[in-house]
Amino acid sequence: MTESSATKLLNGDACRRTLNGKNARKNGYVKNHCSFQQPQKYRRSGEKEQNATHHPSLYKKPFLESFEETPLLVAVLTYMGYGILTVFGYLRDFLRHWNIEKCHVARERDEQKDFVPLYQDFENFYTRNLYMRIRDNWNRPICSVPGARMDLVERVTHNYNWTFDHTGKVVKDVINMGSYNYLGFAESTGTCADAAIEATQIYGVGAGSTRCEMGNLDIHEELEELVARFLGVEASMAFGMGFATNSMNIPALTGKGCLILSDELNHASLVLGARLSGSTIRVFKHNNMQSLEKLLRDAIVHGQPRTHRPWKKILIVVEGIYSMEGSIIRLPEVIALKKRYKAYLYLDEAHSIGALGPSGRGVVDYFGLDPKDVDIMMGTFTKSFGAAGGYIGGKKELIDYLRSHSHSALYATSMSPPVVQQIITSMKIIMGEDGSTLGADRLRQLSENTNYFRRRLREMGFIIYGNDDSPVVPLMLYMPAKIGAFGREMLKRNIGTVVVGFPATPIIESRARFCVSAAHTREMLDTALEAISEVGDLLQLKYSRREQPLPSLGWMSEESLLQD
Amino acid sequence: MASGQQWVLVEMVQAFYEAPAYHLILEGILILWIIRLLFSKTYKLHETYKLTEREKEDLIEEWQPDLLVPPVSKDHPSLKYDVVSGPPSHKIIVNGKECINFASFNFLGLLDNERVKEKALMSLKKYGVGTCGPRGFYGTFDVHLELENRLAKFMKTEEAIIYSYGFATIASAIPAYSKRGDIIFVDEAACFSIQKGLQASRSFIKYFKHNDMEDLERLLKEQELEDQKNPRKARVTRKFIVVEGMYINTADICPLPELVKLKYRYKVRIFLEESMSFGVLGEHGKGVTEHFGVNIDDIDLISANMENAVASIGGFCCGRSFVIDHQRLSGQGYCFSASLPPMLAAAAIEALNIMEEDPGIFTVLREKCKRVYKALQGIPGLKLVGEPFVPALHLQLEKSSGFRVSDMQLLRSIVDYCLERKVALTLARYLEKEERFLTPPSIRVVVTIKQKDDDIQKAVSCIREAASVLLK
Repeated sequence: MTESSATKLLNGDACRRTLNGKNARKNGYVKNHCSFQQPQKYRRSGEKEQNATHHPSLYKKPFLESFEETPLLVAVLTYMGYGILTVFGYLRDFLRHWNIEKCHVARERDEQKDFVPLYQDFENFYTRNLYMRIRDNWNRPICSVPGARMDLVERVTHNYNWTFDHTGKVVKDVINMGSYNYLGFAESTGTCADAAIEATQIYGVGAGSTRCEMGNLDIHEELEELVARFLGVEASMAFGMGFATNSMNIPALTGKGCLILSDELNHASLVLGARLSGSTIRVFKHNNMQSLEKLLRDAIVHGQPRTHRPWKKILIVVEGIYSMEGSIIRLPEVIALKKRYKAYLYLDEAHSIGALGPSGRGVVDYFGLDPKDVDIMMGTFTKSFGAAGGYIGGKKELIDYLRSHSHSALYATSMSPPVVQQIITSMKIIMGEDGSTLGADRLRQLSENTNYFRRRLREMGFIIYGNDDSPVVPLMLYMPAKIGAFGREMLKRNIGTVVVGFPATPIIESRARFCVSAAHTREMLDTALEAISEVGDLLQLKYSRREQPLPSLGWMSEESLLQD
Repeated sequence: MASGQQWVLVEMVQAFYEAPAYHLILEGILILWIIRLLFSKTYKLHETYKLTEREKEDLIEEWQPDLLVPPVSKDHPSLKYDVVSGPPSHKIIVNGKECINFASFNFLGLLDNERVKEKALMSLKKYGVGTCGPRGFYGTFDVHLELENRLAKFMKTEEAIIYSYGFATIASAIPAYSKRGDIIFVDEAACFSIQKGLQASRSFIKYFKHNDMEDLERLLKEQELEDQKNPRKARVTRKFIVVEGMYINTADICPLPELVKLKYRYKVRIFLEESMSFGVLGEHGKGVTEHFGVNIDDIDLISANMENAVASIGGFCCGRSFVIDHQRLSGQGYCFSASLPPMLAAAAIEALNIMEEDPGIFTVLREKCKRVYKALQGIPGLKLVGEPFVPALHLQLEKSSGFRVSDMQLLRSIVDYCLERKVALTLARYLEKEERFLTPPSIRVVVTIKQKDDDIQKAVSCIREAASVLLK
């Protein structure tokens, strides 16, 4: 690529968060790092930033992504909330220390009292004093298929969430907005289940050995051949756990003297894999191409720290959809950068495979790109396929290397046959190889549901993060007390949602997260939306200060994007 | 004293008034200069040799990365997998040939047990296959809670926690407790997943010779002296011993009673990895603690996978709630991964039922192990590694050629010879460059209760024949 193309690359918009005053952490504006700085006038103002495409020429359709600024008052109140909780935490720790308040924390054995303490005292301050107050919102046991509706095991606590007792009753037909069941393949009946039943009858559930030794079943090879075809790559390899696919294969790909450029919001498994590889890790701002380019340039120009030897290779590690932000990776730009700087690209499609793209082939399909431009296509089977495990796809040389060097292939038991069968059947349905349009229907349903759900929430005045096409929908709650309140109020209205706070998110950006599924009917979504609106009024969650209703934006031309 | 100081102050003020203006200005500038120096950025070498944009572009143009992966030679021993068609049970079809299975870790023969299958199917019909979420977010099923309770009860511990992948169990558990600055004492023969856990913990790792308690005690004593020198640091440095109950790499068991003694003498916690020994050792299959009659509460954490004797998928950790509960928020493989498919949990529960109902199977397994162990003795050219009651033995070459590759090829030819004659064996595979202490190449021989006397006889005579033909 020439200089002019680099200019084009950088001549777009600054990061969407440039003007998010509060959001300094994610402020993408990287100052003066290279000569191609965009003119001031091209930058968006706060309200319209979501409509800006960085490099319109690289995108075939509008890239609408928004992260509305946190209102100042809300931010101040949130910090105050944490302040109050911390003060009370210390007070109660003091009371527990003097045995005035009953302490429920499990204690060390008497025989081992003189050992070095297993935990540092402050280590669990957060768990003891903040998490414990709202612990009933997590780990809710379910006793049915995690489909569009699910049954929850009713539980009560008599000691403020320290322990739970099951009442023996079941909370029936809770609308499930929490499971990653994007295409609705979490089913106990139908084609997939029937095939899995048959596989269980033939193979049993275990595998008894590793792929490399005696655990390479014919069904595994069938799956890998199918995955490669689905992704449009030369070959693929499947592994028994999504988390381990990342953490056990990145170390096989890079080592000492290599550089890993990792998005700041990458999943724990990618971080662990990078760490285990022994490579140098540098982190760029979330989905911020300028930050990434600066790191790439600096890395190549300066080489390794101290020795100044050139890096052996540079691996860019990104995710397709970020599960806490609902954002979609700016893949066209990443690929342009990767090509220009000769880096390799590792794309984790844990949430995007099956959930994005006209034919469900993930973020590459969504942007209409060539899968061959992504060196390592990684993804999981847990979400859209309703199974478990993960895969890596790519060139034949890559897969051959992994077959002989992946930690997973040599040391971990291979995948369970019925799980493999579930993936094969569901993938064939998505591809339309079963001869029906069921897969296409599900894909269309998911994308319709996503757009409808997101649009309605925004109209109601909530702050919704992420890309308009992402089925992961984070709704901002901000204040710590509202985390617990939202989760409980929603469950009262028979809707199961996921709420997340620190440390999964930045301290002030607590949120609720909905995962839209193709299995949700319009009716279910309406029920859920009504309840969300009601709870939103109750808890005063409608923070958005955008003018309502938001004008519907069609495809905008390059000129109109740059006017302002 | 105070009045003296006051006097100096007065004098200074006086001197200030009397000083000429240019002097004050000069001093003022000097002070500002010092402040600037104090607060200016640290001096960076490359900033002084700023490259021009042109030069940077040239550097970028010039840089050529290594290939993403080095090319793999076509005849790499791990490249071509043996293909198993159908279930990997006692009778197994390898590369199109029906063989007797001496390679899958299906110790109790539960892999194709009808009762296990039945329960798995019932669960499948109720819950579907996947869980579509991590434990925290609607990925906890009642089956998971039941399995955790059952495991805790089976092992007679307070609590158990399940993981969805055997390998990730101990690899996640170690870094949940041991952090940077802590010290871990590990047996040299520890399996790969322990090694990965150690690496993820970023603690100081001290290896002791395999099963050598004197060597361990020497290290512990050294550490004790070190601690006496720096008691403040010692008060916050956690110390752990990580051992396997039954070593997969060396097919022997750890001297647990001695380890427990050392634990209390030096105040070190013990983590025990029991993937090979759970469901194998002990009267009720509880593993190495039962085998030695060690109080299970003396072990801080026991981890095992459910992929060998239990013949399902996944792993678990058990111990006191004080220890185990911490993993529910800090075990990475637990928090950030989708939970175990309910049907696999149901299969594990049924396997536990079978193990509880009939502890006789463990005796049967031990008998078979002894028989195989005895039969494999004295094969010319091959050396049997392991102990008589271990179900996964190693056959190594008596005389190595000195090259690992040619040794592997030789052993592989023995495996092929046996496969031809309907005995399924496999080579033990390792990542040679990544293992901390690489064991010599070997053929794995796995004993299961399904193997009958004539199966064993056939397998052994087959290996004997292969050795006499191929090893000269």
